Amino acid sequence: MVKDFQSLTNFQLDALREIGNIGAGNAATALSELIGERVDMGVPHIDVRHFSEVPEIVGGPESFVAGIYIKISGSAPGEILLLFPVEDAKQLLYILLKEHSILSRQAFDQLECSALMELGNILAGSFLNALATMTSLKYIPYVPGFCADMAGAILGAVLHDLGIMGDHVLYIKTDLRFQANKHVGGYLFFLPEAESLETILNTLGVNS
Amino acid sequence: MGEVLKVGIAELKVAKAPVNLSSAGLGSCVGICLYDPRARIGGLAHIMLPDSNQARNTTNKAKFANTAVPFLVTEMLKLGAVKERIIAKIAGGAQMFVFPGASDFMRIGERNVDATKKALAEERIPLTAQDTGGNYGRTIELCTTTGKLYIRTIEHGEKFI
Repeated sequence: MVKDFQSLTNFQLDALREIGNIGAGNAATALSELIGERVDMGVPHIDVRHFSEVPEIVGGPESFVAGIYIKISGSAPGEILLLFPVEDAKQLLYILLKEHSILSRQAFDQLECSALMELGNILAGSFLNALATMTSLKYIPYVPGFCADMAGAILGAVLHDLGIMGDHVLYIKTDLRFQANKHVGGYLFFLPEAESLETILNTLGVNS
Repeated sequence: MGEVLKVGIAELKVAKAPVNLSSAGLGSCVGICLYDPRARIGGLAHIMLPDSNQARNTTNKAKFANTAVPFLVTEMLKLGAVKERIIAKIAGGAQMFVFPGASDFMRIGERNVDATKKALAEERIPLTAQDTGGNYGRTIELCTTTGKLYIRTIEHGEKFI
């Protein structure tokens, strides 16, 4: 029984890291096909942190980011959050839509929001497909939500679902970098609920 | 610039002038600022959920509106504040994401604000100012010398309440 995220063993964390690796690999391939460029993926980082520490992972609570949030229901509920620094999101949109005006504005118009939500949809779908194959569980992604604002504000809105359980969050974070411009990239967070973690570990046979 | 104590998500801190209190990036969370103008003692709680009765793990009192308010008062009294003088200002409670056909559960910001007001009323603490709702994040700083609450946003300007 996973009483709390902090009680996970290294073996269990390794198993989860591997899931993150394959899931994010799938997502990176999907992104690469979508934008027609190579996408490099960092080694997935798995960690358990107190809520108050999470915004620091993405550059501090006030950093201006674009977030695409996908709730997951099914047999192991959780959340996927894609975060891009705003300038990186704009670069990504420029690659997708080839409109110069995208880069001259800080705000996101309706087309840009839709494009990023669809991108989130595709990435989350490919991440979850990999997860479903490995765990034989059913994951149902909701329609994505989009928001560009302070990282702390976005994370707060995403973490409250997990806050009912405890004060810590387990996340698997993967850096995505574009080959054409290595400075452009974002993060993919997979945030399982505590009970889902139990379910996932069981199917992987690593729940002691 | 004087010293500023930073209060993260699901944390709570108290301070005496000239030490200020701040919380960065409030989204659906609510920043509850309590202040004793005579003693110049302030308290700030960054709550993320309305009610501890709906949660399984309730050890962190700073996380819920209903438990953070009385706990904040207790901590301020320890510093020398007087309960009858304490006033409140709140900010946050935005709805960051809009989903089609969103259920009640998604309106967490609004529920956080309602629960905060209820908790303040139960402690008989007057709410003198608020900047809540909307769909954008806020960073706040409570000046413990003046009791002014400074609010900064990315695209909706800045103000004092």
